[in-house]
Amino acid sequence: MQATSPQPAISTSFKGSHARKTQILVLVVIVTNVVGNVSLSRGMHQVGRIVSASPLDYLRALENPWTLFGIGVLVIWMLSDLALLSRADLSFVLPVTASAYVLVAIGGHFLLHDHISWQRWTGIVLITLGVILAEETPDRTTNGTPESRS
Amino acid sequence: MRWILVGIIALCNTLGDVLNTAGMKRQGEIEDLRPRSFVTMIQRIFRNPLVLGGFAAMGVSFFALLSLLSITTVSFAVPATAASYLLETLLAKYVLGEDVRWRRWAAASLVACGVVLLSF
Repeated sequence: MQATSPQPAISTSFKGSHARKTQILVLVVIVTNVVGNVSLSRGMHQVGRIVSASPLDYLRALENPWTLFGIGVLVIWMLSDLALLSRADLSFVLPVTASAYVLVAIGGHFLLHDHISWQRWTGIVLITLGVILAEETPDRTTNGTPESRS
Repeated sequence: MRWILVGIIALCNTLGDVLNTAGMKRQGEIEDLRPRSFVTMIQRIFRNPLVLGGFAAMGVSFFALLSLLSITTVSFAVPATAASYLLETLLAKYVLGEDVRWRRWAAASLVACGVVLLSF
């Protein structure tokens, strides 16, 4: 149905949809990062101390359901992060997905009643400002040859 | 011991992200978010040496993180990645050829400082 629309309209709607899908991926990356790391952290604390060069020693940790769930969610995080990196710049993705730290801190405060010191509040504000600044840049600046862009 | 682990995590994170970005850009965009696109993406990744190299680096980083989490709290593990923000932005500009201007430098710096402050 869009085939009859004038060229600029198609291009604008394509750009809008492209940006929206990138935003959805950003959201999935942030949420799976938070859920995966919090679950993994909880599981590893139940498992106890492991420092070893042998991956076999870590298999013991997989008996813990929180560790297993955390790893499962982090696999989804990994795949969505790769999909996001196929569409957007690394220097855009990094600061934007850092909002995961803010979510962990705020979530810990409201769900687990963690104390947030003024230093941590400052950190939350700085990261939020960083996310907003990065969001104002185009999500992708490389397109084939980076030199062709000024 | 914990600071050695922090160093390993920061370096391997940086290497992993740069290799993954280079590999995924070469492989091409995921155009829609349907499961089938992700299956195709995974199949292509197994023939993509850059992303496989990135996985190896992230694997090392992951086991270092597991070790770190087992001896300390997640708040200690978080700033391990703070240093890699600036390093990765630098490599994104000079290795990946991204257009990094003042907004992205400021964003990376604010996030790195914020992550350090969050660990208090």
